[in-house]
Amino acid sequence: MSTEKSRLMKAWEWHEQRLPIGHFLDHSLGSKYPAPKNLNYWWNFGSLALFMLVTMIITGVFLAMNYTAHVTLAFSSVERIMRDVNNGWLIRYMHANGASFFFIVVYIHIFRGLYYGSYKPPREVLWWMGVVIYLLMMATAFMGYVLPWGQMSFWGATVITNLFSAIPAVGDAIVTLLWGGFSVDNPTLNRFFALHYLLPFVIVGVVFIHIWALHIPGSNNPLGIDAAPADKIPFFPYYVAKDVFGLGVFLMAYFAVVFWLPNAMGHPLNYVPANPMVTPPHIVPEWYYLPFYAILRAIPDKLLGVVAMFGSILILFVLPWLDRHPVRSATFRPIFKIFFWIFLANAVLLGYCGSQAAEGWPLIASRIGTFWYFFHFIVLLPLLSWIETPKPLPASISQPVLSPAE
Amino acid sequence: MANTAHAHAAAAQGETRRDFLLHSTVAVGAVGTAMMVWPLINSMNPAADTLALASTEFSIAGVAEGSGITVVWRGKPVFVRHRTAAEIEQAKKDDTADLRDPATDAKRAQKPAYLILVGVCTHLGCIPLGMKTGEPRGDFGGFFCPCHGSHYDTSGRIRKGPAPLNLAVPPYQYISDTTVRVG
Repeated sequence: MSTEKSRLMKAWEWHEQRLPIGHFLDHSLGSKYPAPKNLNYWWNFGSLALFMLVTMIITGVFLAMNYTAHVTLAFSSVERIMRDVNNGWLIRYMHANGASFFFIVVYIHIFRGLYYGSYKPPREVLWWMGVVIYLLMMATAFMGYVLPWGQMSFWGATVITNLFSAIPAVGDAIVTLLWGGFSVDNPTLNRFFALHYLLPFVIVGVVFIHIWALHIPGSNNPLGIDAAPADKIPFFPYYVAKDVFGLGVFLMAYFAVVFWLPNAMGHPLNYVPANPMVTPPHIVPEWYYLPFYAILRAIPDKLLGVVAMFGSILILFVLPWLDRHPVRSATFRPIFKIFFWIFLANAVLLGYCGSQAAEGWPLIASRIGTFWYFFHFIVLLPLLSWIETPKPLPASISQPVLSPAE
Repeated sequence: MANTAHAHAAAAQGETRRDFLLHSTVAVGAVGTAMMVWPLINSMNPAADTLALASTEFSIAGVAEGSGITVVWRGKPVFVRHRTAAEIEQAKKDDTADLRDPATDAKRAQKPAYLILVGVCTHLGCIPLGMKTGEPRGDFGGFFCPCHGSHYDTSGRIRKGPAPLNLAVPPYQYISDTTVRVG
């Protein structure tokens, strides 16, 4: 062994010279990828998001084997999956709750980026790709929710596609095009299924670009300062082990919901077959859209409401130029830190308002929340970029540990 | 420090705490993955509603001697042939012939008059000819598979051609004199 390489090693090297897949992985997520040594647990959520993407694709492929994309059969084919298909209940609950957990993970991942300034130079393109992934996820999740063809599926599809009717002049034509008819109907369901199957693979592609863009500057870190080579440790084994541990904890939470609270995050009305003649009295989107739904309803104008809703996400693209403060991490920005938590609380408030009927105090609160959402991005962040004095930054990641302040 | 000393002692014997952690982590991961892979694969097996349709009943009252009917069982054709005396005679005589898949006619037909077979060629799954009048019935007067030329005799036994086995006899029972349940 010590002097002579095993046949297996020789075969592996032969293959590596022709297709260096091991080399590629080692540089991507292995021992040749140095990562800052001070990453905390908030940095686990990138790999968790990747795990959820893979889980969704695998469970989705098996669901598709038993799903029928036709208005007369879709609902009963889903019920057949629940009742008759071997372990169908498990696969469907993993997929339905997987969507929620994917969003939970991604929201934490996004807010981590917001807190530690991961969108700032030189990571703007990395951030853009993340926003693109997020938009694709929202489109994919929306179309997936339509597939069971329950009441919420149908009316959610109706409401969301009608958003495009707000576009002046061509709005109605666009909506008719999206529907493939004069209402949400079988052609709509068919194309939504086709796109719901396609988009996850588009997401995989953008994830590759996202990780590629990550590898150019390397990971940000809780201090937000550039990590010197001496302050980096190889991704494998250190962060692989840490990610695996985090995955174990995450799986416990995920499967606790899959097994014991599988419908907690769904709406009971989606177990009523779609009826194009009856709109449910109170329709709500899935929880992960609620803040944006609140923004939509906060503005008493159809076009402006839609513009504000899409704008609330698209504004993330220009975030690196709204927040031009040279210090990345909120750890050293006391004022920004306060407003970060206010922003987070505001997002949660908007989410709550989105779940309530658009009247009374939730409507007023969603108007204040909408104002604050844009005020934070358009006024506060540029202003803080000018006036906020940061705390002194450490010279390196090791410095605060090696030479503790007095 | 006691732990460290212990670890060093263990390391000298080639076993470390880290090895233990690594191996147990990999083992838990492998078992967990297998526990997830199996439900996914098993979901591709027949579902409960498919299994619920696994038996079928039919009447043989109207099947005249020398003719037959084809019924559907599990999505496959089942041949029910009312044999003539000459065919039964031939089938019994062939019990001692040189058979590729030896079986006596008595074992293949509960009532000699009615031959009940899965009408799927054991070569590659085509439906053999011979149930309808005028169809070729092969060199042995039973069934002939046109796909690759397998010849079956009047008991549905393979006699010539590439098929390895006799036409299968499905599990069936006579519920009454004229009613049969397959499956």
